[in-house]
Amino acid sequence: MRKLLFTLAATTMLAGAAQAATVYPLDRATILAGSPFDFKVEFSETVKPEDVKVTVNGQDYKAAFGAEATFTESELGKDEKKLGSALILRKLVLATPGTYTVEATAGGETKSVTWDVYGTAEQPKAKNVIFLIGDGLSVAHRTAARIMSKGMTEGKADGRLAMDDLDHMAFIGTSSTEAVATDSANTMSAYMTGHKTAVNALGVYADRTPATMDDPKVETLGEALRRQTKKSIGIVTNSELQDATPAAVVAHTRKRADKAEITGMLFDVQPDVVLGGGSAYFLGKETPGSKRKDDKDYIKQFQEAGYTLATDKAELTKAAGTNTGKILGLFHTGNLDTVLDRDFLKKGTVGKFPNQPGLVEMTEAALGQLAKNPEGFFLMVEAANIDKMSHPLDWDRAVVETIEFDKAVAAARAFAEKNPDTLVIVTGDHTHGVSIIGTVDDEKPGDEMRAKVGTYADAGFPNYVDANKDGYPDSIDVTRRLFLAANNGPDHYETFRPKLDGPFVPAVQNEKKEYVANEAYKDVPGAVLVTGNIPRDGDSGVHSVDDVVLQAAGPGAEGFKGYMEQSDVYRVIVDALALAPAKP
Amino acid sequence: MSEARISRRAMLSGGVAALVTVGLRPAQAAAPQLTFDDLYGSVGVLGLTFSDKVKQLAGQTVTMRGFMAPPLKAEAAFFVLTEIPMSICPFCSSDSDWPDNIVVVYLDAKQTFVQPNTVIEVSGTLEYGSWTDAETGFVSLLRLRGARFDEA
Repeated sequence: MRKLLFTLAATTMLAGAAQAATVYPLDRATILAGSPFDFKVEFSETVKPEDVKVTVNGQDYKAAFGAEATFTESELGKDEKKLGSALILRKLVLATPGTYTVEATAGGETKSVTWDVYGTAEQPKAKNVIFLIGDGLSVAHRTAARIMSKGMTEGKADGRLAMDDLDHMAFIGTSSTEAVATDSANTMSAYMTGHKTAVNALGVYADRTPATMDDPKVETLGEALRRQTKKSIGIVTNSELQDATPAAVVAHTRKRADKAEITGMLFDVQPDVVLGGGSAYFLGKETPGSKRKDDKDYIKQFQEAGYTLATDKAELTKAAGTNTGKILGLFHTGNLDTVLDRDFLKKGTVGKFPNQPGLVEMTEAALGQLAKNPEGFFLMVEAANIDKMSHPLDWDRAVVETIEFDKAVAAARAFAEKNPDTLVIVTGDHTHGVSIIGTVDDEKPGDEMRAKVGTYADAGFPNYVDANKDGYPDSIDVTRRLFLAANNGPDHYETFRPKLDGPFVPAVQNEKKEYVANEAYKDVPGAVLVTGNIPRDGDSGVHSVDDVVLQAAGPGAEGFKGYMEQSDVYRVIVDALALAPAKP
Repeated sequence: MSEARISRRAMLSGGVAALVTVGLRPAQAAAPQLTFDDLYGSVGVLGLTFSDKVKQLAGQTVTMRGFMAPPLKAEAAFFVLTEIPMSICPFCSSDSDWPDNIVVVYLDAKQTFVQPNTVIEVSGTLEYGSWTDAETGFVSLLRLRGARFDEA
């Protein structure tokens, strides 16, 4: 038995060594029929072009694909290092659904992959799709939002979130092609292309060359809608519009930080309604406040393309009343502030940008404009700050953002109520390592804050009050509040209190690029040092690998069930919209 | 003549801070103090405008207090002065997301990095306008050139 195992292991290793080539799209890729994508083979050795053999279901690839790939004798890596030969064929289209087994051989290397090229329903089930994504939305955020917003009596919730009543549900696996762990780029890219990819990548498979713009592309939903429909497209976020989640609707880059280029990609697809932050990347470098390294003025370019510009809440209301059909709303040079800072504490950057619209106002303005198109629309709404406040372990802000997100979900559901041909999807893109473990009760005896943490029966119920019934607690700084704890992070001070002076900054960087606890919180009464458990170059809490909960309602929502990869979500969307009906 | 005028202003506006500076470094005492709130006249979606104070003090030696962000590269000829200690990038894996109100400091001579929780006082010649560092491609709007610093 032991000998047999050894033999098996040895065989597997040998087989591995012979399969050093890589083929993109990767094995088990799912590809929308008719969607253009780049095909690439990477050999680990330098090979002769005449030795390269590529077959598709046993047939020579040139005949099967109807095109010839470009051969590169040796791709270059960092410091001109030779990486091996490559074959690339851009904008390949497979119109016929089916199973495609692609085998590439050269020298001693061989690699076989199988793709599932799929068609869609003949007729669309849904006219409109509203895709609402809570960035980093985890179960703890949602439970806390329900308790904080609606209250709880004798263990039963006193009310339900709008997202609680979406009737179809799936668990979504969010891992990337290179790791169990994930980020917003590859997860949203998978949602918006149907292909999984690597951390930091958008709309591409991550190849081995250092350049960020040459990686094998796959079609984004934005591009598929432009190719197959006359539907309008809307993007709403409270982050920079170039941030990974909104960018994934249109962008192709190995590196999400290519924000100046992403602005150009946004302009290429020209979503009809574009609302968010990040104006710094729309301004030419001569304008103070610009983050571009060139002179391109995208505000001018969008205006020349017929967009009405809105730069604050009042201008958005005005633009929403116009009939131009296209709105560019830029409300911040960077990321918009949180609800807590915007409407309650007036902290963060609210002093500089006092009239930022909230996510609900932006969602309603977008729906009003997009609904004018008789062909229908796709709207992506992102609550970015759930994630942006979870990284620095600012759980109060993250939970209040979740309440705002749920109000945007309510706005979407109200629209779907009047327009039943609308599919509403609500999901996160990845989770955070956070849980509610009870409450913190200032009235408990002692000076030590740790002694005031209530667990099990001692947790009781929090005493948030919502006297004005706006869905937000009148104050988050109550005497008995929810205690959310991170399971990971850098060294930081736990204060057991909401951060009323502005978002939490748990750690700061030193000259060795290591993060040390931010001493600004050291003297908060009762603060304790929490020793980090991630590498010292980690600046904040990290994403967790846990599944995401997706819920949906409306025509096509029945496609969401059980466990799904995030790349499978795309297939449900394009099927509901019938983006690849069989040709008669 | 003009030195005396600026010195008076620094004494008046800088208050205790200016007095301490006088005691420690008489040579720098004449330099007017500039704060992070002084940098821009207006801040908005369509861009920022430099303040009148920045325009008036351009070309002169000024002092600023802030935090030293860890150098971009070990060999970079400059560092970034920030209003609050840097925690970049709290939200992503990109180094590109600096706050709006940073000042780039070019040192006269090499000085060692100061720990992140420490306030420093920098003096140097104020320069404003978009400028791209040839070596790193880093674009800055405000700079202190020929600068030196001490722990405040």
